[in-house]
Amino acid sequence: MESEQHFVVTNKTFISVWAALVALTVITVLVAQAHKGNTSVLVPLVIATTKASLVLWYFMHLKYEKKLFKLMLLVPIITLLVILGLTFLDIWFR
Amino acid sequence: MSTENHFDYTGSKIGMWLFLFTEIILFGGLFLVYAVYRYTYPHEFHEAGEHLQVSLGFANTLILLTSSLTAALAVSSLQRDRKYASLWYISGTVALAAVFLINKFLEWSSHISAGMYPGAPALLAKGHGENLFYGLYYVMTGLHGVHVLGGAGALSLVYVWILQGKVDKDRYVALENAVLFWHLVDLVWIYLFPLFYLLI
Repeated sequence: MESEQHFVVTNKTFISVWAALVALTVITVLVAQAHKGNTSVLVPLVIATTKASLVLWYFMHLKYEKKLFKLMLLVPIITLLVILGLTFLDIWFR
Repeated sequence: MSTENHFDYTGSKIGMWLFLFTEIILFGGLFLVYAVYRYTYPHEFHEAGEHLQVSLGFANTLILLTSSLTAALAVSSLQRDRKYASLWYISGTVALAAVFLINKFLEWSSHISAGMYPGAPALLAKGHGENLFYGLYYVMTGLHGVHVLGGAGALSLVYVWILQGKVDKDRYVALENAVLFWHLVDLVWIYLFPLFYLLI
């Protein structure tokens, strides 16, 4: 049986998150067009990660899950960051 | 042996998340390859990226974000015992998935008819960097497209289960898991869009 403790997110919350995601998408396109020729990848990545966090936190319900789920997510993220870091150490200092 | 219908809600969900982690690592590996080659061939990547239409990528981003909203609403509707609202939201999500794929198909067709398919003479003549950009573009958006198809399939299956009463307001973890997968598909696209379309 499923317990009653599951939190049902309001439609208003979901629609606000969606509006924020659309706004961030517009911002990332505008920033890219304002900085033509700029090779920086930092700003688009920060915006994308903000969007990804909103999706994970609200749409994927992570905010309302047990602590275990939040900690588990750190495993693939840290794994990827370590692999990325080590790969770039190799490229930079080769 | 117990014949009672054993049901482990948290277990089902942890299983789904573990699967999603393998997906994150799968796409993560491709993003790693992308990062290394973009670092190695920054100018070639910019040149190649200019040929992609921002408007198409932007439209597909809006489609996937909206489909994520309808997917999330499908879960909360079923939790509130609004079965038909939930079914409509699932249909909407699958319809948006179809629109996304049609969009992607038209986009790929236009690249291919412009001679920009992997191994095309026009592309090989452009050099290593642009060739790698298009290779990664096809592999990553292609793999993502397969996931869109898989996600739409999973949602359709859950749609049938709701109709059959196997998934309802008390047992909705199957819908939650299918929707989690759908959000992951959205998550991957959130990174694909700026990395391939916004290099200008």
